[in-house]
Amino acid sequence: MSAKIVVGYDGSEASNRALEFAVERAREEGGSIVVAHVLEWSAYSFLTPSELEERHKRRNEELARAKEALMDPVVAKLADSGVTVETAIKYGHIANTLSDICKDGASQIVIGRDGDNNLGARIFGSVAGSLAQTAPVPCTIVP
Amino acid sequence: MFRNLTYAASAAAGLALTSAPAMAQTLDEKVNEMFANSTGWFVNFIFSPFPGTTFPWIVMWLVVAATVFTVYFGFIQFRAFAHSISLVKGDYSDPNDAGEVSHFQALATALSGTVGLGNIAGVAVAVGIGGPGATFWMILAGLMGMASKFTECTLGVKYRNEYEDGTVSGGPMYYLTKGFAERGVPGGKILAVMFSIFCILGAFGGGNMFQANQAHAQISGVVGDYPGWITGIVFAGVVFAVIVGGLKSIAKVTEKVVPFMGVMYVLAALVILLMNADKIGWAFGQIFNGAFTGAGVAGGMVGALIQGFKRAAFSNEAGVGSAAIAHSAVRTKEPITEGFVSLLEPFIDTVVICTMTALVIIITGQLLQDPNTGLYMLDEGGATIQTIDGNKGVALTSAAFSSAFGWFKYVLAIAVILFAFSTMISWSYYGLKAWTYLFGEGHTKELVFKVIFCIFVVIGAAANLGPVIDFSDAAIFAMAVVNIFGLYFLMPIVKAELESYLSRLKSGEIKKYV
Repeated sequence: MSAKIVVGYDGSEASNRALEFAVERAREEGGSIVVAHVLEWSAYSFLTPSELEERHKRRNEELARAKEALMDPVVAKLADSGVTVETAIKYGHIANTLSDICKDGASQIVIGRDGDNNLGARIFGSVAGSLAQTAPVPCTIVP
Repeated sequence: MFRNLTYAASAAAGLALTSAPAMAQTLDEKVNEMFANSTGWFVNFIFSPFPGTTFPWIVMWLVVAATVFTVYFGFIQFRAFAHSISLVKGDYSDPNDAGEVSHFQALATALSGTVGLGNIAGVAVAVGIGGPGATFWMILAGLMGMASKFTECTLGVKYRNEYEDGTVSGGPMYYLTKGFAERGVPGGKILAVMFSIFCILGAFGGGNMFQANQAHAQISGVVGDYPGWITGIVFAGVVFAVIVGGLKSIAKVTEKVVPFMGVMYVLAALVILLMNADKIGWAFGQIFNGAFTGAGVAGGMVGALIQGFKRAAFSNEAGVGSAAIAHSAVRTKEPITEGFVSLLEPFIDTVVICTMTALVIIITGQLLQDPNTGLYMLDEGGATIQTIDGNKGVALTSAAFSSAFGWFKYVLAIAVILFAFSTMISWSYYGLKAWTYLFGEGHTKELVFKVIFCIFVVIGAAANLGPVIDFSDAAIFAMAVVNIFGLYFLMPIVKAELESYLSRLKSGEIKKYV
């Protein structure tokens, strides 16, 4: 069975390290990778009436921007890596949504961390921290 | 919401008068006189009572409509209540639609337009005149109003315009035009134009000037008297930054703080009720007793009924058509689902929040009773019930809450200001939608409306324009005349949607995602 590795990707250096790591594993195991980008979103947030009206339009714009600025370059870069690359752009809570993407037949998930030990992360937790605890598949955190 | 609350407004009027410079006073008077002369007939017509009674026909129009929809849809507000909550929780939302407008967001936005001064000051006026019994009729009318919201918001989504760029526009003007055309009934366009005109006038007045005026009254009540135009300029500046400048941050803060304030208000009320737990039974006794006997209030049982019905109708806007505009942006394949969600709005606004205000006023013993007869004591005019410190309107609510927590009056003042602000933002949108319906969409046309809107904020805060506000209140209820008239013609369409949806829900074709 060929392994499918999900990589959390946001264009940051840390996520690029995670991507490299995942590509290497996938090449060794003859697997594929899913480059996943999650746009932070809550269905329980509050918007003004004019934001509601434009939401669908903005969403399309955001998706297009994420595809152009993040996904297309990655796909181009990995075109001759010898690994099959899929992409996923989703809305939602970042850790939960990445977990949901894994449920679609992934064998493991790889994410990067920036190693910051800042106050925000201490109080609210980090994506890497939550995934380490909640991911439905083995989770590799690349420093 | 907005409706001119006799006492709150006259208190504000007093403040505005003393604070306005002498010249502005005469200008106020001129404008007032001119306006009263030319529009008085319209105001009198809308708020005129049935002959020989004090019951305004417009209130009856709203309550009768709510009852008709309740019966026609088989008490949908009770049958679908649990399903409505599931929809708001997102149980039936496709995860692939994440990032689109959720049911919760549409409901929260619509609520921030209705929850406001009416829930705080209006209820105090109603209980102050109609006694505790008014609460019973208010709750009943609130429950009925849920069916009106259900009807109008379903139609709002069903007949909205979806443009190529992905934006949407919806509301009564669209369902009146398209729905009437679909049913082959003439006159939809005329109704839509009338609705739009009333909506613009209502947006400038009740949705704007009245709010600015009351916000100023609140601020000067806390920090001391100062000229209203200062409040007006500040408010107008902030409104301008949000609706013209697209400054999302302010709107975001408000939209987050307002629900928080609402929740805090209800929690504070619950704590006060718990502190007086021994009197809860007595309070409900007063409510039921008062509802059917009047317990000595002016006008007896009918007096209590009028006040309760009036308050509910004026507070939750059910049947006015404004909510149909706010709800129409939701992302759903089934228009009826937004109808289900919207029926929670009068429930939260009237049955929960308004009732809390009433209970706190009753249970903290603000209304004075004759110790011998148990009847309420009326003040010298014989129209209102005597209160501990002679408080009326928002001051009565403030006194009731402050009797438990002394600092609560400051929280209340902030809440009133924020509610006023969020109501203004909502109504600027409702007015804009009506404006673009009449004049077409376009940057300059929209800018013209927004600038006029901001100018009216300053006028509303600075001046005492009673007749102008009366007129715009009348315009808001004129929206209901046009809207409900249309709803009667269109309700079979909603019924067909409802039956189709319920049968698919039963057969399992529509299922939960979680």
